[in-house]
Amino acid sequence: MNNVKMTVNGKAVSRDVPDTTLLSEFLREDLRLTGTHVGCDTSQCGACVVHVDGRAVKSCTTLASSLDGADVTTIEGIANGGDLHPMQAAFNTHHGLQCGFCTPGMIMSGIDMVNRFQADGKDLTEEAIREELEGNICRCTGYHNIVKAIEDAAGIMADMAKAAE
Amino acid sequence: MTDGIGARVARKEDKRFITGKGKYTDDIRMENQAYAAFVRSPHASAKVTGIDASAAEAMEGVIAVHTGPELKADGIGDIITGWAITSKDGNPMQCGIWNPMVTEFARYVGDAVAIVVAESQDLARRAAEKVSVSYDELPATVFADHALETDAHQVHENVPGNLIFNWEIGDEEKTDAAMSGAHHVTQIDITNNRLSPNAMEPRSAVAVYDEAEDHYTLYTTSQNPHVARLVLSAFYQVAPEHKLRVIAPDVGGGFGSKIYIYPEEIACLWASMKTGRSVKWTSDRSEAFMTDAHGRDHVTTAKMGFDADGKIVGFHVDTIANIGAYVSLFATATPTYLYGTLWSGTYDIPAIYGTVRAVHTNTVPVDAYRGAGRPEATYMIERMMETAAREMGMDPAELRRRNFVKEFPYQTQVLLQYDSGDYDALLDMAQDAANVSGFAARKAEAAGRGKLRGIGYSTFVEACGLAPSAAAGSLGAGVGLWESAEVRVNPVGTVEVLTGCHSHGQGHETTFAQLVADRFGLPIDSVSIVHGDTDKVQFGMGTYGSRSGPVGMSAVMKALDKVEIKAKQIAAHVLEASEVDIVIEGGEAKVAGTDKTMGWHEVGLAAYTAHNLPEGMEPGLKETSFFDPVNFSFPSGALICEVEVDPDTGVTEIVQFTAADDFGTIINPMIVEGQVHGGITQGIGQALHEGVVYDDSGQLLTGSYMDYQMPRAADVPSYTVSHGCTPSPNNPLGLKGCGEAGAIGAPPAVINAIIDAIGTDNLQMPATPQAVWTALQSAKMPMAAE
Repeated sequence: MNNVKMTVNGKAVSRDVPDTTLLSEFLREDLRLTGTHVGCDTSQCGACVVHVDGRAVKSCTTLASSLDGADVTTIEGIANGGDLHPMQAAFNTHHGLQCGFCTPGMIMSGIDMVNRFQADGKDLTEEAIREELEGNICRCTGYHNIVKAIEDAAGIMADMAKAAE
Repeated sequence: MTDGIGARVARKEDKRFITGKGKYTDDIRMENQAYAAFVRSPHASAKVTGIDASAAEAMEGVIAVHTGPELKADGIGDIITGWAITSKDGNPMQCGIWNPMVTEFARYVGDAVAIVVAESQDLARRAAEKVSVSYDELPATVFADHALETDAHQVHENVPGNLIFNWEIGDEEKTDAAMSGAHHVTQIDITNNRLSPNAMEPRSAVAVYDEAEDHYTLYTTSQNPHVARLVLSAFYQVAPEHKLRVIAPDVGGGFGSKIYIYPEEIACLWASMKTGRSVKWTSDRSEAFMTDAHGRDHVTTAKMGFDADGKIVGFHVDTIANIGAYVSLFATATPTYLYGTLWSGTYDIPAIYGTVRAVHTNTVPVDAYRGAGRPEATYMIERMMETAAREMGMDPAELRRRNFVKEFPYQTQVLLQYDSGDYDALLDMAQDAANVSGFAARKAEAAGRGKLRGIGYSTFVEACGLAPSAAAGSLGAGVGLWESAEVRVNPVGTVEVLTGCHSHGQGHETTFAQLVADRFGLPIDSVSIVHGDTDKVQFGMGTYGSRSGPVGMSAVMKALDKVEIKAKQIAAHVLEASEVDIVIEGGEAKVAGTDKTMGWHEVGLAAYTAHNLPEGMEPGLKETSFFDPVNFSFPSGALICEVEVDPDTGVTEIVQFTAADDFGTIINPMIVEGQVHGGITQGIGQALHEGVVYDDSGQLLTGSYMDYQMPRAADVPSYTVSHGCTPSPNNPLGLKGCGEAGAIGAPPAVINAIIDAIGTDNLQMPATPQAVWTALQSAKMPMAAE
């Protein structure tokens, strides 16, 4: 057992967890944040993607005990009160989800790629979005509308970043 | 009405999914939660000679270990199949017996041998590894085309030669005569590759036994909870129906794989009763590859005869279908009545005959997967058209047009009567959208880059709207395939629609609400859709076979008709007008030609206060309906794929994909397009990437996403999708069904494009780089760059 203190969705949490507990288990079972999903056992599907210290990670291959002091954001933590994050809103507007199971990971990966490309001053093209989604599998949508949603949200996020400057 | 039929309304159900608040089965945790893991056979074929669970039972936190013989001794029944097929010699089919857990012989890698229940999932899995099972290994039969050979190991004692049935359809004599008189005969030998459905949510079950009430609740990843309850109750004797509640909450995709009632659900319910604990089991992905029903797996030889003008004169098919170790719920219908009945494709074929031999092998059961039989039929027919056109020196599109069915209804030679369609118009639409006239220039430009560019067609028709119950029953179905609906208008005018369909991605909470919005002029936010719970919805057959629209929505329409009649009677009484003068629109009941109105909520309130109702009318405003279709519906489409093949590596890139479909009336085009995108992508997956591989001993080699290639975002293009519309006359809305079309139509379009690019049809799916490169070498094609 290790005592782990971290910030999850802005709230301080402290738990004793076995060394073998994965971040995905910690979020789902200890904190009951069940929006983070597990769709495979080989770190391929990306349904489990969360943000750790601002970067997308696969929570199914991250040990909770390795994250003492980390700042973790899950799908439950990205809306601002009642206002959806632009990426969430774009998935709704563009029908970027069907069964919804891969969606949390898609949204978290989408936000991460937009942030990285904008920080690097790079253009997030359709081709780039498709390449960036290499670690996220969707079986329902055929990706068409997911790509459209991320493209749209990228524009809105860029406008918001400009307005904030 | 902005929210009505035909409106591109954003989905109501999205909010919970995009905020992480969806409620899937594995998200449920009961107060006394225990966790199950299964001990599974590592052998494809073996006799279990002993089970020693003592080491597992001794572990702290292990609650119980139970085995197959114990389950059988408690009277739990064998797993059944739902469709009886008769062989061509008149004999009934022969099915191996499927015990939910092994009693003596393990028949595929993953066959459940014991269930371990423990205080945590991790502990249950570790304990399962401590259960020592002794096996006597036996030879295994793995491949469809080997199962019928005399040296093949017999999978079940009661199924001689592994032959479950040898089914026939069509007129053999007429077809033989037509073929012998044909000007040209094309033969193809093809396989339809075995697939794993791979819904992203792994299967899961939470079984809760309430001893005080002697009552069970099962939360499960099901496409059809009522069918699950019926089967669990009537055939497996888990509990009588009124003592068993089945809830399918949010379900993360199905594609057929969550129709069936699996051993794990039975074992968890039983273990819950045995242990007095709530028992949860959640599959991991490796377990899913091993135990979720697979799809397809056909080996086929087909011959088509043509006259001198390229008109089809006869079609002969011989298929071996791999059913796997046990006969799953719809496994026998899929390669027969959902396959052979579609052999006419989009074409007027005067003589058709064929046989399907279904065989047992030591592999996981094979059952319906998105399209179920219709993709296999379409792939065979459309590859046939490509090869025949090449052999006869004809344009593949022109050969299709020359043979299209042009008048409807059209009676095929293989039972079905097509309802409506315009196949030429769809092909025109697809050719225009794909800019086919510019293909030669694109091919030349690609050649300049050293790439081989090809174009491939697929035109398909499929049968949806399962199904007319009496017809299905006469062909061997064990159930009726109608659907039910209940429409409840609340006293304040909001509306609840209860449906026996189940949404696991299809967007029913939006599209079903659009029907009500359309009928009464209400915003869809005042309508909610209730589904997936046997305690709430009286009965229903679930969602598969693209049936929720043609059958499920039709039931809603019938119930809405009844509600409208009663609402008009109430309004006429209150407004002192004649019933025939009442119109309901814009959320109001109005007397036509006057300014007299009452709000919809006032109609609801009048129905429930019952202070002023017409003489003899019962209070309330709630109606139920069952809809049983008179025929299937027949969606059709024309798909055009363009690929570029790298001759050095065999890598195929899909550069353009165009679909023109006829789904009849469309309720929400945004959702329909999404279904098409997803279906096409699964079809591309089958064509290029996916294939379940067992080795000669029956070991599963594709057991994870590192071995089984799922289509990723970069593997597919954005799609061009358009729609024609010939409404189905077989249901009130003219719906045809759209859920499977992409997966049915896409594979041959992709493969035909590759064939066009590389100049040889010596190619099977999946057309991996290695397969394409090998085909290229075998054809000794001059390289484009040379």
